[in-house]
Amino acid sequence: MEQPDQLAQAEQKVIAKLALPEPAAAGEQFKATGQTVFDAKNVSIYYGSFRAVTDVSLSIYENEITAFIGPSGCGKTTVLRTLNRMNDLIASARVDGEVHYRGASLYHPTVSATAVRRRIGMVFQKPNPFPKSIYDNVAYGPKINGTRGKAKLDEIVERSLRQAALWDEVKDRLSKSALGISGGQQQRLCIARTLAVEPDVVLMDEPCSALDPIATGRIEDLMKELKSRYTIVIVTHNMQQATRVSDRTAFYSVLRDEKSDVRTGVLVEYGATQQIFEDPHDSRTQAYVTGRMG
Amino acid sequence: MAVASGQPTIDLREPAGWRRTKNQIATGAMWFAFACMLVPLAFVLFTVISKGISAISWSFLTGGPIPPNVLPLGNGGMGPAVIGTLEITGFAALLAIPIGVLGAVYINEYGGKGWLARVIGFLADVMTGVPSIVMGLFIFTIWILHFGYSGLAGSFALGCLMLPVVIRSSYEMLKLVPDSLREASYALGATKARVTVTVVLPAAVGGIVSGALLAIARAAGETAPLLFTILTVESTNTNLFSGANTALSTQIFVNAQSPFVGAEARAWGSALTLIVIAFALMLVARIITARFTRYAR
Repeated sequence: MEQPDQLAQAEQKVIAKLALPEPAAAGEQFKATGQTVFDAKNVSIYYGSFRAVTDVSLSIYENEITAFIGPSGCGKTTVLRTLNRMNDLIASARVDGEVHYRGASLYHPTVSATAVRRRIGMVFQKPNPFPKSIYDNVAYGPKINGTRGKAKLDEIVERSLRQAALWDEVKDRLSKSALGISGGQQQRLCIARTLAVEPDVVLMDEPCSALDPIATGRIEDLMKELKSRYTIVIVTHNMQQATRVSDRTAFYSVLRDEKSDVRTGVLVEYGATQQIFEDPHDSRTQAYVTGRMG
Repeated sequence: MAVASGQPTIDLREPAGWRRTKNQIATGAMWFAFACMLVPLAFVLFTVISKGISAISWSFLTGGPIPPNVLPLGNGGMGPAVIGTLEITGFAALLAIPIGVLGAVYINEYGGKGWLARVIGFLADVMTGVPSIVMGLFIFTIWILHFGYSGLAGSFALGCLMLPVVIRSSYEMLKLVPDSLREASYALGATKARVTVTVVLPAAVGGIVSGALLAIARAAGETAPLLFTILTVESTNTNLFSGANTALSTQIFVNAQSPFVGAEARAWGSALTLIVIAFALMLVARIITARFTRYAR
């Protein structure tokens, strides 16, 4: 029974050894143009007794693309999913620390996860269109959020598909199955579906990992266009992608205790994308971005 | 074969040996099993059709009342039994399908790994194994002894038989709906109820419907639970809720035991009618499944 305590102590020791850069200091190196959208302070995320992510603090700014990079198992997706409370769907998940969204505490007991996700949309790793028509996929979000009337829905569907750069390809087959289009088109459909509810933030969990380079390029172009209207956070395994699209990059890594083999994800370095890739302050960041690790 | 590249030809044929023999044995065994399954099926169908087809006529299907055993074919008809089967099975479906589907939704979507969901799932599985005659006796003791014979009691008995089948088949279908679809819906700000009604159930509806119709087809042919509950009379009773009723399955049971030629012909005719009803339901199940899954290609 005492084992979890020992493990926790071991973790603490390892963490204490790290001189993590202060997120505020990291922020100063790159002046924010917009307002703070997310403000996470000392966030640790647990699945049962396993601490998946330890002590993450960072701020995400309006109308920027923020990239989360790092090796597998470093908790970048887990952090992403706490930003719109998708982790609530996992019964054993628990969040410690404070996550503020535009000043409001996301994990306050009176906050409705549904209301949060209505404002903070998510695009997933694998395209997951509903087995419905293309039209119904895009109209789904507005419908469940109370939009009625065909003319209004038609307008939303067209606008969203145009924003997702898919309209010209599918406008003649809106009533056809969404599963009949290609993987890249499906992912853009999922983006259109997310945009249809006019979210404030779009979270993207490796949105291009199942796509070929051409489809990936289209989605990256799309993200740059969407930046003016939305705040985007993207998890990616592809470092070139992070340098191509993002304004700011957070590098996560896995901390492993040699004795207990306890692993946990930590935020190693956070700053302007250019600085992270050209002048990393932490040796682990340097090893990762230059390809010597992970 | 040998190209002018100067390379030696490679033999790509399956080499003779134990592996090839195993393959041949397995293939042979499969075809044998297929034939074994086909023979009784074809035999039953052939017998029922060849012996029953001569009895079928419009007056046989709709006329009534069901004549006494001694009378030859051509007197009266099985109309009361056709009507009885349709109303009793129909009402049983009305009882069992909503409860069964909602039960499956609870087990898969809401109960999670909780004890209640596990208990319900386990009891449904146990209920599948209850012999149909026991279900008839059960309804007999708790209902018939107090309220008398009625089509409703028959519906209760058939409904109890259908319920676990509907729960099990619906549950399996709901389990197949990938979590990624649920997540997509949650990420758009849907509540759990919305996710269930607008995404999970539509994605599973094809399988749920065909499972439910299979349960109906199965229940329509059940005899034992009806013997105790509807009393099998000879005249039409369109009132499901009071008075003894009749059904094709129990009429087959009664008529087939009789030594009279007319009664036997009526039993064969009723058997064919029942098979056709079941077949029609399967057809409807297929059509509905295809309609609901037109986007799931």
